[in-house]
Amino acid sequence: MADLLYQIAGGIALVALLLAFIRMILGPSSADRVVALDVMTIISISLIVLISVLLGRGIYMDIALVYGLIAFVGVVAIARYLERGL
Amino acid sequence: MELAGAIVALLGSIFLFLGALGLLRMPDVFNRMQAGTKASTLGTVLFLVGIALGQQEGAVVGKLVILILFILFTNPLSSHALARAAHHIGIPLSKKTVKDDLSNDVIKDDDQHEEGGAE
Repeated sequence: MADLLYQIAGGIALVALLLAFIRMILGPSSADRVVALDVMTIISISLIVLISVLLGRGIYMDIALVYGLIAFVGVVAIARYLERGL
Repeated sequence: MELAGAIVALLGSIFLFLGALGLLRMPDVFNRMQAGTKASTLGTVLFLVGIALGQQEGAVVGKLVILILFILFTNPLSSHALARAAHHIGIPLSKKTVKDDLSNDVIKDDDQHEEGGAE
């Protein structure tokens, strides 16, 4: 029962990932695309943790942590670049 | 306990979905940013709390707590940097915007070297 609910939650998060991806393709300005990329990163972190729990491999959680770190640095770097501060 | 965790994770995924829907439907960059960032921060935190409620091992729960704290700290930071950059380079606001207090801060092409440390 709980496993099924976790899988449904993962499915809804996948649909959210798809919606954010559509915004990343459409987005009129580059800031739109970066915002969509940020949201996609956040959703991906949730999905990586879910997969790590469902497969029973705790080591995958470190991947989510490192991915979040790198994505944060990347988004801040892109923001500085857009602002012409880099 | 595991069932309660699954329900909380389901709630979190619904918030993630609503955040992405707002990202798709809102009229300009700043509205999209606030829909995307706030809703997806809450959604991810609920999702991870829901997963942590179903776990028994202490190490996994500890990693999840670190991940939750990390997301709570960094997500507002990156969204603030992005919003500041988007306003500085003069991305147009929605037509329904009533008031823009920072309208003097938009970078013109001739004084781009002075603008960085001016605040």
